[in-house]
Amino acid sequence: MIPAAFEYHRPDSVEDAVKIISDHGDEARVVAGGHSLIPMMKLRMTGLSHLVDLQGIGGLKGISVDGGTVTIGAMTTQHELIADDQLAASAPIIREAALQIADPQVRYMGTIGGNVANGDPGNDMPGLMQCLAATYTLVGPSGERTVSAREFYEAAYFTAREDDEILTSISFDASASGYAYEKQKRKIGDYATAAAGVLISKDGGSCSAASIALTNLADTPIYCEEAVAKLVGSSLSGDDISAAVAAAVGASDPSEDNRGPVEFKKHAAGVVVRTAIERAIERA
Amino acid sequence: MNEMTPPKSERAAALKGLGTSRKRVEDARFTQGKGNYVDDLKLPGMLFGDFVRSPYPHAYVKSINTDAAMAVPGVVAVLTAADLEPLGLHWMPTLAGDKQMVLADGKVLFQGQEVAFVVASDRYAAADAVELVEVEYEEQPVLVDPFKAEIEGAPVLREDIADNLEGAHGARRHPNHIFTWEAGEKEQTEAVIGDADVVAEEMIYYHRTHPCPLETCGAVASMDKVNGKLTLHGTFQAPHAVRTVASLISGIAEHNIRVISPDIGGGFGNKVGVYPGYVCAIVASIVTGKPVKWVEDRIENLTSTAFARDYWMQGKIAATKEGKITGLWCHTTADHGAFDACADPTKFPAGFMNICTGSYDIPTAYLCVDGIYTNKAPGGVAYRCSFRVTEAAYFIERMIEVLAIKLDMDAAELRRINFIKKDQFPYQSALGWEYDSGDYHTAWDQALNAVNYKQLREEQAQRLEDFKAGKTRTLMGIGLTHFTEIVGAGPVKNCDILGLGMFDSCEIRIHPTGSAIARLGTISQGQGHATTFAQILASEIGIPADDITLEEGDTDTAPYGLGTYGSRSTPVAGAATAMAGRKIRAKAQMIAAYLLEVHDDDVEWDVDRFVVKGAPERFKTMKEIAFASYNQAIPGVEPGLEAVSYYDPPNMTYPFGAYICVLDINVDTGTADIRTFYALDDCGTRINPMIIEGQVHGGLTEALAIAMGQEIAYDDMGNVKTGSLMDFFIPTSWETPNYITDFTTTPSPHHPIGAKGVGESPNVGGVPAFSNAVHDAFRSFGLTQTHMPHDHWRIWKTANGLGLHD
Repeated sequence: MIPAAFEYHRPDSVEDAVKIISDHGDEARVVAGGHSLIPMMKLRMTGLSHLVDLQGIGGLKGISVDGGTVTIGAMTTQHELIADDQLAASAPIIREAALQIADPQVRYMGTIGGNVANGDPGNDMPGLMQCLAATYTLVGPSGERTVSAREFYEAAYFTAREDDEILTSISFDASASGYAYEKQKRKIGDYATAAAGVLISKDGGSCSAASIALTNLADTPIYCEEAVAKLVGSSLSGDDISAAVAAAVGASDPSEDNRGPVEFKKHAAGVVVRTAIERAIERA
Repeated sequence: MNEMTPPKSERAAALKGLGTSRKRVEDARFTQGKGNYVDDLKLPGMLFGDFVRSPYPHAYVKSINTDAAMAVPGVVAVLTAADLEPLGLHWMPTLAGDKQMVLADGKVLFQGQEVAFVVASDRYAAADAVELVEVEYEEQPVLVDPFKAEIEGAPVLREDIADNLEGAHGARRHPNHIFTWEAGEKEQTEAVIGDADVVAEEMIYYHRTHPCPLETCGAVASMDKVNGKLTLHGTFQAPHAVRTVASLISGIAEHNIRVISPDIGGGFGNKVGVYPGYVCAIVASIVTGKPVKWVEDRIENLTSTAFARDYWMQGKIAATKEGKITGLWCHTTADHGAFDACADPTKFPAGFMNICTGSYDIPTAYLCVDGIYTNKAPGGVAYRCSFRVTEAAYFIERMIEVLAIKLDMDAAELRRINFIKKDQFPYQSALGWEYDSGDYHTAWDQALNAVNYKQLREEQAQRLEDFKAGKTRTLMGIGLTHFTEIVGAGPVKNCDILGLGMFDSCEIRIHPTGSAIARLGTISQGQGHATTFAQILASEIGIPADDITLEEGDTDTAPYGLGTYGSRSTPVAGAATAMAGRKIRAKAQMIAAYLLEVHDDDVEWDVDRFVVKGAPERFKTMKEIAFASYNQAIPGVEPGLEAVSYYDPPNMTYPFGAYICVLDINVDTGTADIRTFYALDDCGTRINPMIIEGQVHGGLTEALAIAMGQEIAYDDMGNVKTGSLMDFFIPTSWETPNYITDFTTTPSPHHPIGAKGVGESPNVGGVPAFSNAVHDAFRSFGLTQTHMPHDHWRIWKTANGLGLHD
């Protein structure tokens, strides 16, 4: 559990950080909270010669709510997400989900940017960001661009981010929807066996808007378009919910691991999606 | 009475002796980060060792090239089997009479096996060089399933002994077979089963797991080439045994070896064995002339140092129609991995598995255990257990449940009608043990009443109705266990490890001012010996526990003993402590009588002093006696006040307990919510109730882990699937339920203070209680047996198989 030697960089601006990773190509990686990257380095599963620590860049931290748009700096920790009352008012699903990530010690270090940018299908924030229809801001040598969270994930650890880009912030619309993030896990600190984020808005007796995304049920997070279609415009009856659950389970593509075989994971997916939908409806 | 003398009760309380919930004296250090563990040790010039390990479970090692590794700056040496062979140290004896490769000698037999040992000036250089050692392997077919070990065409694992079919424990019938061990009456038992009203038969599997102590294994070896002395610091649960074994295999005279176990961060059996890391650190220190440290990481600990359990127990239990058990039959297939490195007394290759008749009066029984080699890590240690007692307890407590199902009886009642009765003790079991004492019916009734058993069964019946009516997706399970342990190994006449008798010892020195130091042959790994042994002594010699220092773990100072495992410290070393205290008191009596100018027989013991019989105002306190013993010339009495006792126990002790677990299972998620866990323990005389409660909480939490998720799993190719704490289940406070503890007290008749030991009871009894609760939840749907661990997906699969998702 001892990493190979590497050069440590601590730039004080995004520009400098981008320059370092551009200069060194795939020999360099940025590190935020380090809870994914450092273990990989210790296991010598990631060979890199330059580690670029983003802790020294002041502008990457913080949460702002401006005219209905929530913007979160990439270096904001999970603990800071939980502690922020303004965020809890604008997007309560973030606090509910963040409280289910790892444990307090990890949440003091782990950041939202690292969580979404790493592309680990086990991470909770990518699915949540798809649920919230968030956009990511990426900064590279040729400037800044934005990518939708729903377009960002290509395969496990493969994302739309180029090697010389840094994910600097995340933004999404504040929402008054009913919400729920439901996660089944083996123990505190574990990744999800199955997890789902759900947002539901009601207008009178029918569902006016909905969003459903899954965590750790495929090699990327899954935004469940078909399941959403079953709910929007419906009266949210038991049958409607069952149809949405079936569609979400149909969209999942889990693989067998120590958490269980595929059949079980699909069953668990159905349970977490149903539970999340029902809780979101109650809150809508 | 002397006006200045406080009353008896006040003086006794001031001693903080037996029965006091004295706070642990160790914790002031530990809670402030002032412990001193092996990895804290820094010696001048110290080098660091790290292993090259095999990625393959079975392969020939064709070549090893160390050139690139040696070129890494800071690397001092790279040892391979070829380097150890001239010293005769490329193999080492195991505790079970087998031998084990220290470094791969031509082949590897499990994933993670030690292949080469890199020694460098720092850990980083060593780890870099490990990557650069080039090993050429030729993969061989892998044997993972012990039931396929003897089939036609099975790969032969141990080619070194393939032709030697006479093993350490008798005849071997196949090169992959280690031993057959039998107890009891085969023909008689089979006859009873053949004629019985009712026979229940089931395969009970207790899966492979690992003790996983918080601190991993490690050592610092330091060979002083000037005076020829080897000092070995290490995570040793038996430091004296390590010294003797090290002397025997290295040829270094025993007086030139000093073994020190510093603070140990949990052992649970994992630190009983001798590991290649220890041997390599010693050899590297001899070669380099510098101290060499080796400390394994978590993955190495889980995948290469000693595992526990892995017993496939085929059982048959016979009974009358009324439920009186008439016979028990068990055949166990024991998966021992690549080398037989079980830590058991020599004459017991399957440990005390023959305690598997449990708490029940079973007239006829037969047990047969076959040990098998597979391509898995060696071990088979007693994980918070006394030599396979956990396996035995799990077996009988599952078989009782299986029989209850067959008889359509309540499992609590079935137990009650078969318990050994109080007046049957000392009880001779069909498999050869003499149970010292017990009162099972009293404990059982106390437990059932405490949880309101009858009402629980009514609630369960209601829940079942609701479930069938579609009102709930949860089922309720009630897990019962009444276990009997066998601990305190053990009488030297039948208990030894590598020929070393399993007595233990205590040496006491009283200082002139009336305080004391006591040293023992055991070593605490968290049990709190410094607290509890001082309490035993305080009650025996009338010196406050706070004035007694306890020392263990340094073979140059402590008396010889066999260490701490198998709940043996209190039954054996605790007895030695009491006996040594009594020797002190006997001499103190002579001194007191002399000082009081009366005959020895005219003084009597009174808590912390000797008083003249009939004249209580005339006395000498232990403090006064201690001073006089050194400083006053007493005719016929040597100066000083010291004693040593080597205690060879006349019998084992038999703690027991009644545990009840109540849980709710969600059949869709496979999650189990433990609502109540009640644990009644009878460990005989209770030395420190607070420490007992802590032991029970800790052991139950380990039991929870084992029953509900913890395992060392291998895939079909022999790869370890659970080699890190991401997958190897260690519960956090969130997963851990509240426990209700209770007790009865049935002292051991042969132990000087009546104590029996408690550390392992909660693990032994906890696992069947949790597991029986899971089984019980599904009983009315026809489940008789499903294997642990009961993690979410396996519970789900059980529910699925019973049609509960249709």
